[in-house]
Amino acid sequence: MTVETRQGQGSGQNLWRESRARNVRERLVRVVLRACAYVSILTTFGIVFVLFGEAFTFFQDVSIVRFLTETQWTAGFATTPEDGEFGIIVLAWATIFSTIIACVVALPIGLGAAIYLSEYASAGLRRWLKPALEILAGVPTIVYGFFALTFVTPFLQGTILPGIQIYNILSASLVMGVMIIPTVASVSEDAIYAVPRGLREGAYALGATKREVATKVVVPAAISGIVASFVLGISRAVGETMIMAVAAGALAQLTVNPLESMQTMTAYIVQVTSGESPRGSLEYETIFAVGATLFVMTLLLNTIAYWFVRRFREVY
Amino acid sequence: MANPRRTKEEQKVTEAPQNRRDTKKGTGGASSDDAGASAFGMRIENLSAHYGSFKAVTDVSMDIRANKVTALIGPSGCGKSTYIRCLNRMHEVIPGARAEGRVRLGDQDIYARDMDPVRIRRRIGMVFQKPNPFSKSIYENVAWGARINGYKGDMDELVEHSLKQAALWEEVKDKLKKSGYDLSGGQQQRLCIARTLAVEPEVILMDEPASALDPVSTQKIEDTMDQLKQSYTVVIVTHNMQQAARISDYTGFFYIENMGDPGRLWEFDETEKMFSNPDRKETEDYVTGRFG
Ligand SMILES: Nc1ncnc2c1ncn2[C@@H]1O[C@H](COP(=O)(O)OP(=O)(O)OP(=O)(O)O)[C@@H](O)[C@H]1O
Ligand SMILES: [Mg+2]
Repeated sequence: MTVETRQGQGSGQNLWRESRARNVRERLVRVVLRACAYVSILTTFGIVFVLFGEAFTFFQDVSIVRFLTETQWTAGFATTPEDGEFGIIVLAWATIFSTIIACVVALPIGLGAAIYLSEYASAGLRRWLKPALEILAGVPTIVYGFFALTFVTPFLQGTILPGIQIYNILSASLVMGVMIIPTVASVSEDAIYAVPRGLREGAYALGATKREVATKVVVPAAISGIVASFVLGISRAVGETMIMAVAAGALAQLTVNPLESMQTMTAYIVQVTSGESPRGSLEYETIFAVGATLFVMTLLLNTIAYWFVRRFREVY
Repeated sequence: MANPRRTKEEQKVTEAPQNRRDTKKGTGGASSDDAGASAFGMRIENLSAHYGSFKAVTDVSMDIRANKVTALIGPSGCGKSTYIRCLNRMHEVIPGARAEGRVRLGDQDIYARDMDPVRIRRRIGMVFQKPNPFSKSIYENVAWGARINGYKGDMDELVEHSLKQAALWEEVKDKLKKSGYDLSGGQQQRLCIARTLAVEPEVILMDEPASALDPVSTQKIEDTMDQLKQSYTVVIVTHNMQQAARISDYTGFFYIENMGDPGRLWEFDETEKMFSNPDRKETEDYVTGRFG
């Protein structure tokens, strides 16, 4: 469109040649951009292909039924498929449990921070706090990991929870929650800030208080973006590896006691890949099955989020 | 507290406007104004408005008569929106905006230190230029304002009544659960009027409520206006001279004489006089379309 209107301004002679040169450039840009898009799609397909291919090999030794129904995880001690137990629920529960604890911390605080930043903070404060928050989101997770291990756990041990173990899911998850706050806050803040002024003014004009405007008009109007931020946060928690590997230990057990060590799916994969088990061994094969499970979980999560965001997207 | 709001509303519908002052406590009665100014009109004295260090409006004094429609006209940028916001303290929502002077509703000074802007806006509602329904159902859009204001009566009835007053009921009665965004622009604007009415204010301020609408929707809103002044005091900003002439009883002309000056209320009188035989030349030029 722009090309056409601009052409009208060129002087008669150059008109044709100029637009051809431009056409070539336009086409080149399009090809490059398309290549960029395909690179990411193709690599994703490649990864999925390898993941599920290897997982398929594993499931020929250990049936999917066993994988889904057994309640222990003893892959490390098994030399043959028969003398071990491969209940993914053990690792999956650790992941879910840690995610729940992290979300209890991160979602309300993140949303609260977002509402504060966009509705209450002065323009000057917002100008500082928002980037600060985003920088926080860039702290390497390994740092959070040893913060949990060397500070939070000893602190809890010395104060309110003397019974807590050195490696435990609670500290790791709490710190993971803190790690996720900036992501949740930043993404929901964008959504809340994007709610048009007019909507707020309409509410004020009906005699709404600031709190009513923020919680009953602005937040519902931004709900799709807020949910997107929640899902992003949950996805990060599900996929978080370093904090869990460092601070939650490597005990694959099924429990609901947060003071004990548990091994999440990601932490398990780290343990196996950095350990001695040779390529092609049974233990080595398990990580593809675990990885595939993780992939399916995240995919499910994102699909729900995608559906939700589309269903509730606001057209202001 | 059996249900004062309900009663008030019933009376609004059934009684002649002049009697309304008796039904409201506190605001009515003892105004020493001249005969025309009833208890629920507004009196503005020496109002000036600023955005930061920029003075947008200066020294406006005006009596807004109860149960009448007052139109505000004038060239773009002369401060009509700024002024109308000052009438229910909506300017306070804009960072950096402030107003000086005196604005009274009945005999209450709404700029008084102990006046709560939230309470004031419940009594002086506002409809904006751009329709701004909430991201809620049609029903909720209307009910919400009344609910946060503590309305305890029959909500269904209130919603229906308000939608009827805004001439929207027939079009939406079968889809009250649908989102307010599913309506056309004109319907959205009438929805916004309905939600303002549901709060049962005394004064309704409208900033170019029909500027983005087609002639049919505009007509509907104008018809509504005629109904509204039975029960409310209406102030409306408009760019449409015919509209101002048709619907209003009083007209105020805002004008900036020299570039960079703040806007002033150049002339204010009965609509008939303003459009046939105004005192000032600029007013005449404007209403006859010779500029602006
Ligand atoms: N939020 C704001 N911040 C700073 N200046 C503003 C703001 N809103 C309006 N102004 C300025 O105040 C003056 C009056 O604006 P206002 O919107 O009241 O005019 P108006 O008469 O309503 O115009 P229109 O007919 O175009 O709606 C203009 O010079 C405008 O630029
Ligand atoms: Mg305006």
